[in-house]
Amino acid sequence: MVSPNTPETQGGISAVNGRPPRSIQDVVIRLAGNSQDGIQAVGGFLARLAGRSDQDVMTYMTIPSTISGGPSIFQVRIGTGDILSAGDRADMLVALYQHSYDAHIGSLRPGGVLVYDTDHVKPNPDDNRFTNVPVPITTATVEAVGGTAKDKGKNIFILGLIARVFDLDVAKLTALIKERFGGKTEDVVRNAMLGFDAGYAWPQNNLRDLFYRFEAADRPTSTTSHPQVTMDGNTALAFGLITAGVRHGAGYPITPWSSIMETLRSEFPKYGGVFVQCEDEIAAVSTAIGFSYSGRLAITGSSGPGLSLKMEALGWATMAEMPLIVVNVQRGGPSTGMPTNVEQSDLMQAIYGSHGDAPRVVLAPKNVEDCFYVAIEAARIARTYSTPVLILTDMALASRIEAFDQPDLPKLMVDPAPDLSERDADFKPYPLDRITRHAPPGTKMGSGKYPTVTGLEHDELGHPTGSPKLHLQMTAKRREKIKALGASLPAPELSGDSAGEVLLVTWGSSWGPGREAVVRVRKAGVKAGHLHFRHLHPLPNGLEEMLTRYHKIVVAELNDEGLYGFGQFAMMLRARYANPNIVSVTKTDGLTFKVSEIVAGIAKHIESTQLDASVGVTAQSPLALQR
Amino acid sequence: MSSAAPALAPTPAIPLPASGQLTKKALTADHPTWCPGCGDFAVLAAFYRVLEKLNYPHQNIVTMAGIGCSSRFPYFVNTHGGHFIHGRALPFAAGISLGRDDLHVFVFGGDGDGFSIGGNHLVHTARKNVRITYVIMDNSVYGLTKKQTSPTSPLGFKTKTDPTGAIDQPINPMRTLLNTGASFVARSHATQVNHMIDMMLRAAKHDGFSVVEILSECVEFYEGAFDAANPRKGGSWKLIEEKKSDGTPEDEQRHDVTDEVAAFKLATLAWPGAFGVFYENKKRPTKNALEADLIVKAKERTKNASDLALLQATFAKLR
Ligand SMILES: Cc1ncc(C[n+]2csc(CCOP(=O)(O)OP(=O)(O)O)c2C)c(N)n1
Ligand code: SF4
Ligand SMILES: [Mg+2]
Repeated sequence: MVSPNTPETQGGISAVNGRPPRSIQDVVIRLAGNSQDGIQAVGGFLARLAGRSDQDVMTYMTIPSTISGGPSIFQVRIGTGDILSAGDRADMLVALYQHSYDAHIGSLRPGGVLVYDTDHVKPNPDDNRFTNVPVPITTATVEAVGGTAKDKGKNIFILGLIARVFDLDVAKLTALIKERFGGKTEDVVRNAMLGFDAGYAWPQNNLRDLFYRFEAADRPTSTTSHPQVTMDGNTALAFGLITAGVRHGAGYPITPWSSIMETLRSEFPKYGGVFVQCEDEIAAVSTAIGFSYSGRLAITGSSGPGLSLKMEALGWATMAEMPLIVVNVQRGGPSTGMPTNVEQSDLMQAIYGSHGDAPRVVLAPKNVEDCFYVAIEAARIARTYSTPVLILTDMALASRIEAFDQPDLPKLMVDPAPDLSERDADFKPYPLDRITRHAPPGTKMGSGKYPTVTGLEHDELGHPTGSPKLHLQMTAKRREKIKALGASLPAPELSGDSAGEVLLVTWGSSWGPGREAVVRVRKAGVKAGHLHFRHLHPLPNGLEEMLTRYHKIVVAELNDEGLYGFGQFAMMLRARYANPNIVSVTKTDGLTFKVSEIVAGIAKHIESTQLDASVGVTAQSPLALQR
Repeated sequence: MSSAAPALAPTPAIPLPASGQLTKKALTADHPTWCPGCGDFAVLAAFYRVLEKLNYPHQNIVTMAGIGCSSRFPYFVNTHGGHFIHGRALPFAAGISLGRDDLHVFVFGGDGDGFSIGGNHLVHTARKNVRITYVIMDNSVYGLTKKQTSPTSPLGFKTKTDPTGAIDQPINPMRTLLNTGASFVARSHATQVNHMIDMMLRAAKHDGFSVVEILSECVEFYEGAFDAANPRKGGSWKLIEEKKSDGTPEDEQRHDVTDEVAAFKLATLAWPGAFGVFYENKKRPTKNALEADLIVKAKERTKNASDLALLQATFAKLR
């Protein structure tokens, strides 16, 4: 029996049945079971292993809203190039139950590998599209681990199996397992290792013919010289906020926002800060604004319905010009909607969801790494422009694990100390000729006159006014500072052709599949560019001319086409640029875009002869077995 | 740990001014816009006296409010402060108080602001015992919006929303406040300036969430609402006599402010009820102290590592 934990096999094996491993570039593995099977943990191990190796990794997971005892999947794509999307189709499916098989067999690419638990799954005998690998996962785990653990180690058994098939670095993987279970009893670590070894050494059937190795990474040394960190988007966002000097916040639980508040609740005290769990979202945004007023730039956040509850207070923060960071982790709406699915349907709410004329700043991260950096930018904008800033992330980014270069923390760290130095006698909280800089309480006022912050229209000193002239002037003041921010923004990221048939536009988490779609479209001979927006409001300047260089501008976003046939961002762009060539590709099935869906959408709009649907369904990896 | 009560560092004392005396002149801001004769003027005058007596450093005082006639208060007091949205001044003030332990935070508001739209915030700010002094100016009507029924309007009171008289049972403010778990609860009347000063002073000095309900007449929309407690209008002014623990037989009859059940009994007296301190709990730790303690313990665990070192250590674990 080949045991990975015997010294001679450390670092992998060089040949199976006398054959060296087949070389692959990337692979998509989907694990399907129930939520208590620890499938997410397997995904986590693979993700972190890939993060510690040269591979990039992107994971994709769905979490059932029924918390426990429901179907759960985890899809991981590991590769040696840049991984942009979760992968349209799986190359390998591990099905633990009949329902997992039934629900997910359709996602397996013809020619792919189906690993199934013979204790629970009977595959369709007439379906010969796949390489079927029957493994009695449950009994094998029970036998290997023994004792009272029952089938608890199934996930680690599967991990062992995958490690062997893809020749993964066993030393690193076992180190990760030991780290993960290190805090628990010795038994737990021992059981995990037993399960892992049994999976790794599983001898039966054609499993022994499956043997792959990832090609050596062909990447510039500059990117690999940084150590990689692996985490989900909500974690990246939380640590981005800490890096940005945010130490105070308030929230109310709602999926998928909750994990940000949980992280901040336990992290902030270490940094001398406070995160308050409030009685509702209104109290949360109010408390956060109170923190900000006291000189502690604060964060509040929620998901869809909770953001709606914060709207009145956000209007106040715009009027009183209070810096604030608001995170909205989008999910399917309206109302409770599809609480554990992804959507990009809160854009209009984020930009316009308030009363009165309340120009706000809205940013959206494009991937997990960007969740970290967008938090830093949001804090900078909030402080510089004394304004609330909304971060529109989503369910996909929240729970997806990616590996990225460790940020340069010493360079990025911001000191959170408030400025309490005495203000000059001519201090005004709301000067008409400058951006507001509040004097937090505790600040001595040279004039002896103390400022009032208010939601009533006010004069430069913060006193209420009914003067139409002042309302005009102050409305302009609030508008112009956001326009000034717009003017200072960099042009959005353009890739591909700088002119041509089609410009694909994306925002937020649709960046990856969008980028990959344009690569495929260009391979098919269509001149195409990809423009990705991180700053959704205000929009950067100077795009009018760029948009005229393409015949069609296709905006792909995860929301409904609405009453007029356009997604929410497409509506924004049409209003801003009055360009009739702007069209939409939208969907609301609760899942991130497949690359092929975007390609098909583009094909429909440009009526291209070069682009038929086959462009979207090219096999992703040469995993197929010769039969 | 053996003892149930956490050992907490006392909340840092608010620094006193090195020199100088706060004066009414220094504390006066915009001229109040209230109707002539409005009870709120007297509350404002009493508050100036309270601040003079407390003599906190001028810049460390914060006066906050929600929305309503009474909530205009901060514009008339020359301190740091603000005018937030309707009903939400307490969570806003909680942010100030928890963000900065060197500040003394006062919140003013009306009966609608506090008991209706802000009712749930009152419960939770009190339950958490955030260090804030809250003054509710109860006129039993919506003043700013011109005479609608308020949660303290008595049955039968005619308003624009109840033209034939209020039909929904009003809340009993004292019972409501006691129920929230507020650690200091008192009641006063805007015609009794010295009493108001005394109550607000004690509330301000209380380390925790303190609340004073002041019956403050709206001369415009509910004239004579509180005459029943005004001796000059033929009413009766029943003061709560607090226990002195002097061993005298009279002391038996006096009110023990630490006795919650006795406080509830006082709260159920027939209208116009009693005035004074109903309840005071000096033992409950404030949220300010509990949060400060979490920070102390977290810093002990991390051996006071710098923010950068902490973050770097966390990222090292995420590799
Ligand atoms: C969200 C919201 N709803 C309603 C109002 C309108 N409004 C302003 S003050 C007020 C009631 C004021 O009554 P109270 O709090 O008792 O204060 P008073 O004016 O009597 O001092 C109402 C309903 C508002 N400003 N905001
Ligand atoms: S309407 Fe009533 S509460 Fe408002 S200012 Fe006038 S008297 Fe005072
Ligand atoms: Mg009122």
